[in-house]
Amino acid sequence: MELLYFGDKGWGDELFFATLITIAVSITAMIIGFIFAALFTPLKLSNNKFLNSIGNAYTTVIRGVPELLVIYLFFFGGSGAIMFVASIFGYNDYIEINAFLTGSFSIGIISGAYSTEVFRGALQSIDKGQFEAAKVLGFNKYINFFKIILPQMLRLAIPNLSNVWQITLKDTSLISVTGLVEIMRQSYIAAGSTRDPLFFYSFAAVLYLMLTFLSMQLLNRLETKYSKGY
Amino acid sequence: MDIELMINSFPKLLNATLITLKLLSVSLILGLFIGLGFAILRMNNNKLINKFAYGYSYIFRGTPLLVQIFIIYFGLGQIEYLRTTFLWVVLKEPYWCAIIAFSLNTGAYTSEILRSAFQTIKTGYLEAGKSLGIPSKIIFTKIQIPIAIKQSLPAYGNEIILMLKGTSLASTVTLMDLTGVAKYIISTTFKPVEVFIVAGGIYLFMTFIIHNVIKYLEKKYGFQT
Repeated sequence: MELLYFGDKGWGDELFFATLITIAVSITAMIIGFIFAALFTPLKLSNNKFLNSIGNAYTTVIRGVPELLVIYLFFFGGSGAIMFVASIFGYNDYIEINAFLTGSFSIGIISGAYSTEVFRGALQSIDKGQFEAAKVLGFNKYINFFKIILPQMLRLAIPNLSNVWQITLKDTSLISVTGLVEIMRQSYIAAGSTRDPLFFYSFAAVLYLMLTFLSMQLLNRLETKYSKGY
Repeated sequence: MDIELMINSFPKLLNATLITLKLLSVSLILGLFIGLGFAILRMNNNKLINKFAYGYSYIFRGTPLLVQIFIIYFGLGQIEYLRTTFLWVVLKEPYWCAIIAFSLNTGAYTSEILRSAFQTIKTGYLEAGKSLGIPSKIIFTKIQIPIAIKQSLPAYGNEIILMLKGTSLASTVTLMDLTGVAKYIISTTFKPVEVFIVAGGIYLFMTFIIHNVIKYLEKKYGFQT
């Protein structure tokens, strides 16, 4: 237990902050994922064949390729791509992007592919009559979407989105390979310096279990809130 | 775009795909047995056994696969007692550690898939079997298991694809699987996009095959319940 003391003696405070980083990365990735989902869900539902195939390519490629490979792509390719863009504007120094941003972005793209599928499914299972009724009543497009379609879509999407959240949370452990000090990386460092990997990796497992358990409790509450009236 | 690098790295990556496929098939077979065992335990009426099986699947589904591999590969070697037993022969090899972690992980997911498949079997089938005087062991092996397999095919297909992606984590414990070799080529040539296209293409091809085989099996064995 001494290993978990806060301060210089133990690893308690380091692991605590690492847990906060894991939570921060997961939330950022989830939000980036929502942005991607907002862009690609309309493409997937579009009648235009070209736009449709772009949407399908995104979800198929990202969901068919290992997360680790996507992370390596952005980890090794990210600063190269930004330096290339910068060189067009005449800036030729080496640019290193923040590990937090690379990590959140790569996990966000992965999480976005899953979210896209969830939103697509939810939108498709809303009764057609709802769209027609809104049209007949003469609501404009925004009220139509934000007040009628979106609340119904969220109710259908939330159970699946909580699955996406669990996947995203667990995927953040993979960005430890890029050196970002989250739970996994911190446990690796602690295990290396104390030569007690069994304890620290088991403790990391406990931390992840706590995170998944607590977030499930919260999400279940959200689910009941949104399914009020059903 | 460095086409030459893509062509040169293709055979190397293809060679590494063999390790990926080996890891995938061995852990899927072991995981299927583990999953079936725990699904049966989950349906046991004894509360303690039931809780144990639930705890197993909860822990393995609630923690990242990476943690599981690290505990087995780095952690278990620390226990002095294990080093003296025959288990050490297995546990000092990263290959077997990865297989143990993958099998236990996919076993947890498979147990959930099979449990829900067993629970959706209509009681009428079992009653029909009982009233015909078929022993309960045969009801289980000849009626329950075939129906459960059919019903769990779509979900199990997803699990196979998830596991295919999961095997990429073997590269974190020094195994040179497809992702491991891809990372090695990327870090020596600094051409991530080219290598990603080739390695990602191989993964997508495998996903495509698995997806279609499952679809074919669903059609062949599919029936209305």
